[in-house]
Amino acid sequence: MNTETSTGRFGRFGGRYVPETLVPALMELEAAYMAARADPTFDAEVARVLREFVGRPTTLTPARRLTEAWGGANVWLKREDLAHTGAHKINNTVGQVLLAKRMGKKRIIAETGAGQHGVATATACALFGLPCEVYMGALDVERQALNVFRMRALGAVVRPVESGSRTLKDAMNEAMRTWVSQVSDTHYVIGSAAGPHPYPSVVRDFQSIIGKELRTQAMAAFGQLPDAIVACVGGGSNAIGVLHPFIGDASVRLIGVEAGGHGLDSGQHGASLTLGTEGVLHGSRSLVLQDADGQIQEAHSISAGLDYPGVGPELAHLAKIGRMEVRTATDDEALASFYEVARMEGILPALETSHAFARGRELARELGAGKYLVINCSGRGDKDVATISARGVPPAVGVKA
Amino acid sequence: MSGEIAKAFARAKARGEGALVAYGMAGDPDLARSVDVFTAMVEGGADIIEVGVAFSDPIADGPVIQGASERALKAGSTLKRVLDEVVPEVHRRCPETPLVIMTYVNVIMAMGEERFAKLARERGVSGAILPDLPPEESEALRATFDAAGVDLIPLCAPTTPRARAEAIAKDGRGFVYCVSVAGVTGMRAELPPDLSQRLDLVRKASPVPVVAGFGISSAEQARTLSAHADGVVVGSALVRAAHSDGPQAVKALCADIKRGLKR
Ligand SMILES: Cc1ncc(COP(=O)(O)O)c(C=O)c1O
Repeated sequence: MNTETSTGRFGRFGGRYVPETLVPALMELEAAYMAARADPTFDAEVARVLREFVGRPTTLTPARRLTEAWGGANVWLKREDLAHTGAHKINNTVGQVLLAKRMGKKRIIAETGAGQHGVATATACALFGLPCEVYMGALDVERQALNVFRMRALGAVVRPVESGSRTLKDAMNEAMRTWVSQVSDTHYVIGSAAGPHPYPSVVRDFQSIIGKELRTQAMAAFGQLPDAIVACVGGGSNAIGVLHPFIGDASVRLIGVEAGGHGLDSGQHGASLTLGTEGVLHGSRSLVLQDADGQIQEAHSISAGLDYPGVGPELAHLAKIGRMEVRTATDDEALASFYEVARMEGILPALETSHAFARGRELARELGAGKYLVINCSGRGDKDVATISARGVPPAVGVKA
Repeated sequence: MSGEIAKAFARAKARGEGALVAYGMAGDPDLARSVDVFTAMVEGGADIIEVGVAFSDPIADGPVIQGASERALKAGSTLKRVLDEVVPEVHRRCPETPLVIMTYVNVIMAMGEERFAKLARERGVSGAILPDLPPEESEALRATFDAAGVDLIPLCAPTTPRARAEAIAKDGRGFVYCVSVAGVTGMRAELPPDLSQRLDLVRKASPVPVVAGFGISSAEQARTLSAHADGVVVGSALVRAAHSDGPQAVKALCADIKRGLKR
């Protein structure tokens, strides 16, 4: 179902709030994307790469022990953590880098928070032979050493950003500044369903493969559409990707989980759908964390991928019209879920994903027995081991240490 | 619409000079001392003052103005305080000089578009420049500003196709701000060779004066451009001078660039 209310707008949200220098490039991108979409060979090429290289379709896994422990709906997991590079981010970067090649662009830039999008962009650039520069907040460069290494190993240049809060939002500012200076030969691969039009639509379309596969897999696995689907929300690309194909299915509850950080009343969180107000950040009008004077506030989350004070415009719209339910999970709840999932299902989920799991138990109970709950596993937790292990690991299960 | 901007360009022209549009960051180093910086610009010969209002995420700005934004925010600068404490005082000291607010659209939205336009006009603001508000997004805001008598000054970029540039110019308010380089604010040793052609084209289409801005820091550059534009904007060079050497340096730099603008 189309939620675009007019070109580039989702209700009051969306648009193209960027320096005039970039507007022609955004128009060019929009036209090139529409032409690519109308060309079946483009879709076929994207599909081929996703199959041969990314490992799609990713599986739909029953979470039998969690189902039993939670005592409610049947819990199933859509396994984006099994995609190459370990998260859903690769679905978008493969599509966008192929598009950039089609447009004759000579180089790629990207921003990254946790480093997952940076790794996915560097990977697509290596695969298709384009030079790649990734802007990353200096603080995140320190926190995410593993992903910094991966990007460099893949041949990308990582540029630490020292301005502002030295995190994702500043990396995105810097990538935009660089793009303004090099717009004629450079494509900027935005990592979430955010930014100026047409990015929110482009990223959503490339990520919708998740939800499309899920439709087919759900019918095969349990003979119906899921009763509810839950995904974590940073900028919102994994959420819109898994949820979008179900917007028109009134029987399917759609739930997004934001970073509650240290708690909603602590002032340190990433809950822009829950507590944000209307504003303009990084080229689109959406819900943002800001003070009364319109200065953007720093977000906080234990997971670098949810540590963002904005959210994509389409999710803001879906939340406002009530089609998507919004909940939050704190840092501590996400950490507890990380170990619960690890020990009950043999999966180390990303800290971002752990937020979705953290609301799983109550959702399973709300739905009740006989219903089907799908949790989108947006990525795997390898990148987070330093953050998590620094807090100490709980004792082993069932054996004397 | 405000007549002050047109008058300022006309005065400069009558003196045989291109106009100097001087940018400073309100609140850098603090609100009171930035008033002295703006006053020094006018003493040095600036014809129009651009009052920068800091934003946390200034995507159109290079390192010099980014740094000034961070300092201004630390010093407690907000749009409300700039309108209450900086604009009226600059207006009192330099009553002839039109003041133009330069900030990002989110800062205006947070105050409320109508409230801003009304308050700005009351305090003596003639226009506004919002570098992240291209024509497609500016219609409603421009109508609000028109009604209050505040000119929403449009920007035109080196990447803007010809027909679009002409359309932007035709519908200009106050003046048309021709961005000289594809990039962010900041000083440049060299300006693009086709800039003069671009300025001629925009000027032919525009009913209001046309200025070149971004990257301009020397009297020499000002001299070259003033054959093709009604004036120049100088930002980063003045912000840097204010930060490292204070108001006297700002006054001297303005005077120097004004010499370059003599025809
Ligand atoms: C594994 C994982 N999940 C989720 C996110 C959040 O991004 P989005 O909300 O765009 O899916 C990230 C971002 O880095 C991520 O790496």
